[in-house]
Amino acid sequence: MVELYVLLGLMIAGAVIAIEVKNLLSAVIAVGVVGLALSIIFLLLKAPDVALTQIVVEIAAVILLIRATLHRDLASRSCGGRPFGAVMGIMFIGIGAVAALVTFSGGLNPFGHPLMTVSAFYPINAIAGTGAVNVVSSIILDYRAYDTLGEATVLFTAVIGVLAVMRATGKRDEEMKDDNE
Amino acid sequence: MSKEHGDGMSVIVKTVTRLTVGLIFLYGIYIVLHGHLTPGGGFAGGVIIALSFINLELAFGKRTSGKIFSKSATSLVESFGAVMFLAIALLGLQWGGFFTNFLHPDGDPGMLVSAGTIPLSNIAISLKVGAGIFGIFLTLIVLQKFESEKK
Repeated sequence: MVELYVLLGLMIAGAVIAIEVKNLLSAVIAVGVVGLALSIIFLLLKAPDVALTQIVVEIAAVILLIRATLHRDLASRSCGGRPFGAVMGIMFIGIGAVAALVTFSGGLNPFGHPLMTVSAFYPINAIAGTGAVNVVSSIILDYRAYDTLGEATVLFTAVIGVLAVMRATGKRDEEMKDDNE
Repeated sequence: MSKEHGDGMSVIVKTVTRLTVGLIFLYGIYIVLHGHLTPGGGFAGGVIIALSFINLELAFGKRTSGKIFSKSATSLVESFGAVMFLAIALLGLQWGGFFTNFLHPDGDPGMLVSAGTIPLSNIAISLKVGAGIFGIFLTLIVLQKFESEKK
């Protein structure tokens, strides 16, 4: 489990660098480090489906962020000192530490235990019930396909929103002509 | 900047892209079609297919990739994927309920043709996700061009 803690430390360092660094391109690359470490953690925890989806979506997100931020002049904007924000930050970290001490004082369960009744049903019955060898696929597209429909609807709504806000209909004529050539 | 963007990147990038983009596309199709056998599925495979088109767009510029897959085509393909997924769900009503796996005993588990409607749902989701992400990418490129001209 040592490699998990190394990767978690890498993720925390990447997140802090992404917030604190001045250059936007460096911040995007630090966010990419966070996503890569999360994908390797999923792989070490024996969840290859989630690891594959995570690494692929992370690549797409980093490409989109680089294309969106590369030529902008947003880099040199500083917030200045905000004592109220620092006080609130320390207070919330303290509340979180106290809650963690109270919750975990009896020790944690070992990883993956206890196995719940519902999740014990799927590995036994999935292959006979759906014919899919990949149990994760049989869950998300057969037993819990209604959830997948909701997720697909969320993505569809997001794409419709982006295409509607940035549509070409409201542009002026010379921009349209420039866009077409 | 807009001229360089119209023509794509250097000849090294273009050559490497020409060699690898077909393999990336094929890998995405493999991930989609084997979603019920190996890790992966419609979502991850769809994003990989979209990434192959994004790779083409970044390397060769908008003019070349627009001939292959234009922005209006992404809307069409995405809507087709969504309608296909919903049609699979609604067809299950004939056999008992929403999302009933009505094709289920159609092959041995572990074969490519098995698992009933799950591969069809994977294909529908991959069309939807891939076209959606590529459409968002094309839209953001247009926005960036618009802003760089405004300066």
